[in-house]
Amino acid sequence: MANVIKIRKGLDINLKGKASEVMLNGGKSGSYAIVPSCFNGITPKVIARVGDKVKAGSVLMVDKNHPEIKFVSPVSGEVTAVNRGEKRKVLNIIVKADATIESEDFGKKSVSSLKGEEVKEAILNAGIWPFIKQRPYDIVANSQDVPRDIYVSTYQSAPMAANCDFVIKGQEQDFQTGLDALTKLTTGKVYLGVKKGSAIKATGVEQVEVEGPHPAGNVSVLINQLKPINKGETVWVVKPADVIIIGRLFNKGVADFTRLVAVTGSQTTEQGYMQVIAGCEISSIIGGKMVAGSNRIISGDVLSGTKVDESGYLGAYDTQITVIPEGDDNHELFGWAMPRLGDFSVSRTYFSWMMGKDKEYAVDARIKGGKRALIMSGEYDRVFPMDILPEYLIKAVIAFDIDKMENLGIYEVAPEDFALCEFVDTSKIELQQIVRNGLDLLYKEMN
Amino acid sequence: MKALRNYLDTIKPNFKEGGKLSMFHSVFEGMETFLFVPNETSKSGVHIHDCSDSKRAMIMVVLALLPALLFGMYNVGYQHNLSIGAVDTGFCMTFIFGFLAVLPKIVVAYVVGLGIEFAVAQVKGHEIQEGFLVSGILIPMIVPIDTPLWMIAVATAFAVIFAKEVFGGTGYNVFNVALITRAVLFFGYPAAMSGDKVFVRTGDTFGLGAGQVVDGFSGATPLAQIATATTTDTQMVNIIGDPVTMMDMFIGLIPGSIGETSKLAILIGAAILLISGVASWKTMISVFIGGAFMTAVFNLFGTTAAMCMTPLDQLMLGGFAFGAVFMATDPVTSARTETGKYIYGFLVGTMTIIIRVLNPGYPEGMMLAILLLNVFAPLIDYYVVDANINRRIKRAVKSTNA
Repeated sequence: MANVIKIRKGLDINLKGKASEVMLNGGKSGSYAIVPSCFNGITPKVIARVGDKVKAGSVLMVDKNHPEIKFVSPVSGEVTAVNRGEKRKVLNIIVKADATIESEDFGKKSVSSLKGEEVKEAILNAGIWPFIKQRPYDIVANSQDVPRDIYVSTYQSAPMAANCDFVIKGQEQDFQTGLDALTKLTTGKVYLGVKKGSAIKATGVEQVEVEGPHPAGNVSVLINQLKPINKGETVWVVKPADVIIIGRLFNKGVADFTRLVAVTGSQTTEQGYMQVIAGCEISSIIGGKMVAGSNRIISGDVLSGTKVDESGYLGAYDTQITVIPEGDDNHELFGWAMPRLGDFSVSRTYFSWMMGKDKEYAVDARIKGGKRALIMSGEYDRVFPMDILPEYLIKAVIAFDIDKMENLGIYEVAPEDFALCEFVDTSKIELQQIVRNGLDLLYKEMN
Repeated sequence: MKALRNYLDTIKPNFKEGGKLSMFHSVFEGMETFLFVPNETSKSGVHIHDCSDSKRAMIMVVLALLPALLFGMYNVGYQHNLSIGAVDTGFCMTFIFGFLAVLPKIVVAYVVGLGIEFAVAQVKGHEIQEGFLVSGILIPMIVPIDTPLWMIAVATAFAVIFAKEVFGGTGYNVFNVALITRAVLFFGYPAAMSGDKVFVRTGDTFGLGAGQVVDGFSGATPLAQIATATTTDTQMVNIIGDPVTMMDMFIGLIPGSIGETSKLAILIGAAILLISGVASWKTMISVFIGGAFMTAVFNLFGTTAAMCMTPLDQLMLGGFAFGAVFMATDPVTSARTETGKYIYGFLVGTMTIIIRVLNPGYPEGMMLAILLLNVFAPLIDYYVVDANINRRIKRAVKSTNA
């Protein structure tokens, strides 16, 4: 019997608009984009020029500090724009897609006969490397490292997140090949976290069942429960959808960034899954599927996703689109004094806790309170299932006391791990931003 | 509602920077957020937020305090009637007497405290913080009924400025603001804060309830009687000399500070705080355990009346229950780590009893115990955090050796 990890601390937010397991039509996008800001720890150096004809798998840009890390076009077509912002910062590179997609041929390979270095080279060349991230710092993995272990969590426990059982169904072979490739990259093990009762089965990896409320599925929690990261150690993490892409590279010899995206949220008219290619236009997914009104479109989940416009592009790592009401037109009279039966709260200061756990909530994007200094204690601990003191770590990050940050476990966390803390915080502090800035500063300081 | 919103939107530009009323922008914002939930949406990080905010948390505490406050008002009237021999006064008149006696204290505490809070928010240019909502109602509840209003005003001002604002405002204070107010009163004006003259109003209130004090009256609280007792088997009596029963202590018909007497009302408050999750049960329960433990230790020696009191008597009398439920659980000034809360609470309980028993000059020890532990709370947390750090360092050493 596989290992079972039981998580008690955490919180499942029961939101309206979960994806049902049906395929939706759509996802035909006119243009695709590489957005450098999706990839942390990268300094983009643009290779492609406007007007270039590219294939799926052709290099568009590289990391200035690690030129072997390539970012490739997800489709074939013509590079139509390299948009830059202030200080000539690259905002995105746009590729106008051909009707039929042609791919660069990287050659089919049998993973079992390859050495670690060859696997690494294949992934780097096909531009799939940026999907491998590392801890500490939560950045794109350094290809010169050999990680202690590699972790994949297929339990996506964030609100309304895609169900990996459904996503992997039919792609088991590619998924397995992807995992096999990852085992070649580490001297340690590849750990695969699955939701308790999941049908996902893989060989050659250490499979662990995880049970409990969000953030039980966060890969940081998996690492912390199995083998916490110590100072000086590096582990890599890959999302399950990207493991499939790695598998495809070896099985088919192409860089095929096709993935399933869960279309969710209370402001969508239909919910389900859609087959798209990474970097597609948001409008190609949710165009015509939104309830009219002031909406917030999120690439990712409601806790750690990125706010995007309909004209924006799907985030590189994201397998979910969420649409919720913005709520800025809502002026609630005496909200703080009302019973608020229809508003979700983890505390029992409002009476919605009497409505039971099955009630689904349509939550909008308002902060619902004033920003304050840290007042209440113990709020974060209740939703933070790691042997880390979140409040003290946050304080150390704000003060940028490097010794303290190290001692309190900064190397083990990613901003997403603080998402629930940020949600429940009555002082409305932007914790994920604080952690992100802290990690970036720390990285600069240490390298 | 719509009209009100429109009105606010029309006058809002006046309070913006450059507007003719911009010097009152904090006050305006305070009022606006009091009326309407801000419609500001999240810019980074999570896209949805829990609908609970600090306003709600504070209002829950105020709500939890109300039973004790209302009962306190009734008890003020009841003790007064007892003292003048007018025991057959009806419930309503008794309550009204107490209400009128207590109301000015609440008004003074809020006007002074919020006034300073508003002014500071204005100068610093930040939003008005709601911390004083709780302090402002706590202050009148932890003073004797005959403490003069001007003293409360002075002490409140001192506490808000020097115990809170100079530290940076709500969330940054080291000491519990309400308790500092009480401490200022206690040490600055001891005659108006202790003894047997202040806990029962014998005079009239706004012309109501005038009368002659009955023979044999003594306004000493049960704890004061114990503190000055000369034998170990002293019988506690009420203000006209009848014995005090456990029921009196539980219901709260004994002299004492306004809000502290009724354990029943405090129990209701505790239930509200615990169910809503605003206060920590860990702190609360540990205070009681600490108090009971220390009393039991003193019982072993039992050389004075105070040492001989049973644990139940100790916990039922004075401000012990009130302090444990409402003051020790203040999240800002108590220990913030979960393990720390047990230690902090336990020490508050033991210190209270130590002060009560060993220092006859202070029949009540809750205030001093909590203020003392406020100082030690960061130290307790420091060791709890240190344990976490050491665990991590050990783990790292183990993994390099492996």
